[in-house]
Amino acid sequence: MKQFITFVKKEFYHVLRDRRTLLILFGMPLAQIVIFGFALTNEVKNARIVIVDHAKDDASRSIIDRIGASNFFEIREDVMDRNRMETAFKEGKIKLAILFPANFQRDLFHQNHAPIQVIADASDPNYATTLTNYVSSIIQDYQTELNETVALPYRITPQLRMLYNPQLKGAPNFVPGVMALVLMLVSVMMTAISIVREKETGTLEILLVSPFKPVWVILSKAVPYLILSLVNVLSIVLMSVFVLQLPVEGSWLLLFAESTLFIVTCLTLGIFISIKTKSQQVAMLISLMGMLLPTMMFSGFMFPIENMPVPLQIISNVVPAKWFYIIVKSIMIKGVGFAAIWKETLILLGIALFFFVISLRSFKIRLE
Amino acid sequence: MSMNEPVIKAENLTKRFGDFTAVDAISFEVYKGEIFGFLGANGAGKTTAMRMLCGLSTPSSGTARIAGFDVYRQTEQIKRNIGYMSQKFSLYEDLTVLENIRFFGGIYGLSNQQLKLKSDALIERLGLQPEAKKMVGELPLGWKQKLAFSVSILHEPTIVFLDEPTGGVDPVTRRQFWALIYEAASNGITVFVTTHYMDEAEYCNRISIMVDGRIAALGTPKELKIQLNESSMDGVFYQLARGAKNKD
Repeated sequence: MKQFITFVKKEFYHVLRDRRTLLILFGMPLAQIVIFGFALTNEVKNARIVIVDHAKDDASRSIIDRIGASNFFEIREDVMDRNRMETAFKEGKIKLAILFPANFQRDLFHQNHAPIQVIADASDPNYATTLTNYVSSIIQDYQTELNETVALPYRITPQLRMLYNPQLKGAPNFVPGVMALVLMLVSVMMTAISIVREKETGTLEILLVSPFKPVWVILSKAVPYLILSLVNVLSIVLMSVFVLQLPVEGSWLLLFAESTLFIVTCLTLGIFISIKTKSQQVAMLISLMGMLLPTMMFSGFMFPIENMPVPLQIISNVVPAKWFYIIVKSIMIKGVGFAAIWKETLILLGIALFFFVISLRSFKIRLE
Repeated sequence: MSMNEPVIKAENLTKRFGDFTAVDAISFEVYKGEIFGFLGANGAGKTTAMRMLCGLSTPSSGTARIAGFDVYRQTEQIKRNIGYMSQKFSLYEDLTVLENIRFFGGIYGLSNQQLKLKSDALIERLGLQPEAKKMVGELPLGWKQKLAFSVSILHEPTIVFLDEPTGGVDPVTRRQFWALIYEAASNGITVFVTTHYMDEAEYCNRISIMVDGRIAALGTPKELKIQLNESSMDGVFYQLARGAKNKD
């Protein structure tokens, strides 16, 4: 036991003395939360639009007021001609233009039909779609309100409710994703590198010749990274609660228990990689290409798995991050208990056990 | 130096990897306090033999007792009673001198009190007091190697295995290093050393030369030179290694 503590202490010296490691450990989660939370968001905030109002009547006015009242747009009213508008689009000064024709209200009330032209900069199609959707729904609202006074039979109004994330915020989606990514990186890559480094420097040989059992060498490598990863989980969750205002709906205890399971899975993967590789570069490459990439692609965090071709969907099942992502989303956003996620938990446990057993076996073979 | 008490006793020790026999029935004895040179070209089977003697690798056949313990069943006790230093420099560069001593002493199960006494004594003996709190990475290579050797015998092993310990070190430091080896041997620690430097072979009490997994010659440097009618160890080594099949 004393030997074990000596070893763990030494591991912490390594981590705390290496600025690069520290940066990856603690800078990365911070940076990712900030990047995904504030920069890489599909939400629309203060999009610059121009409104060209040739009508200047009550109907156009009240639509403009509604658009202005939402927080999505930063409105400039300007009677632009085509050329100036095109220049503004090209220079990226505006993302969307709304044109009310002259006689807008008259046409609307007398012919029951009036057009509004919405022009969007579709060089970023997602952004353009989001903007036009917002505008259409605002116009739709206005129309519905108008129609309330007029009796129109057989009207079907779908009432949409966005469960768990009513404002369709991006954060609920990416926090579990960032968590999976960071843990994958810290637990797999750092563990793999730290063991392979000892192979490179020859210290592993010394450790293997010592009476300290090989299994303990591996365990004392894993423990510090388990602790550091848990610190990471805590910091990500705290940031999501206090910076992104995304509370944890379910149990914190369950969240941490599941995170521990995922970390252990990652650690066994890292150990497996370290046994199979000889240099830090190779270990890093395998961790990045073999672990991080699938995590990004197949966890459902960036690309919905449901939309993938069936073979890829099947592949996604062996990516541990996918299951962790589902678990964290369920706990943090839906607030469910263990009963709802036991299947995912069991799968993670299975993957962890699998890699633990084959690591142990290949480690013994390597010793020979 | 008592030459009658074998601390390493190998008999027909063999290691096969599939069809390839890396170590082919070697037999030898090494006595307490002896400096035993284990020579051979690359690929001759030195490392494999050494790994078996350290309890890292199970022999395919034959027997060996290290410090009285059996290499098949008592690897645990063997590891407790040997020290090891490899050709690659092997202390932690990002730990201080003192931390390295404490760490390696610690994994050999020394108590805190023993650690304190021994590390103080060691630092004083090597004259490293000003560097005790410096990172090992900042020390010159020669110092590192001397420190690594001293750390490998901190737990007072019966035998210390040195795998090409002076690779890449200047001649002056090599001499100083050998002074440490002599000191250890005079304290009763048996030194089992591999080297490629023939002048170092001359420093050994006895040497064995491995060729193709077998021990081609064994004796004091003087005996070997007479036996093969050569004036230098270089000549002895060359004459024996010339016929080798496994070279790399």
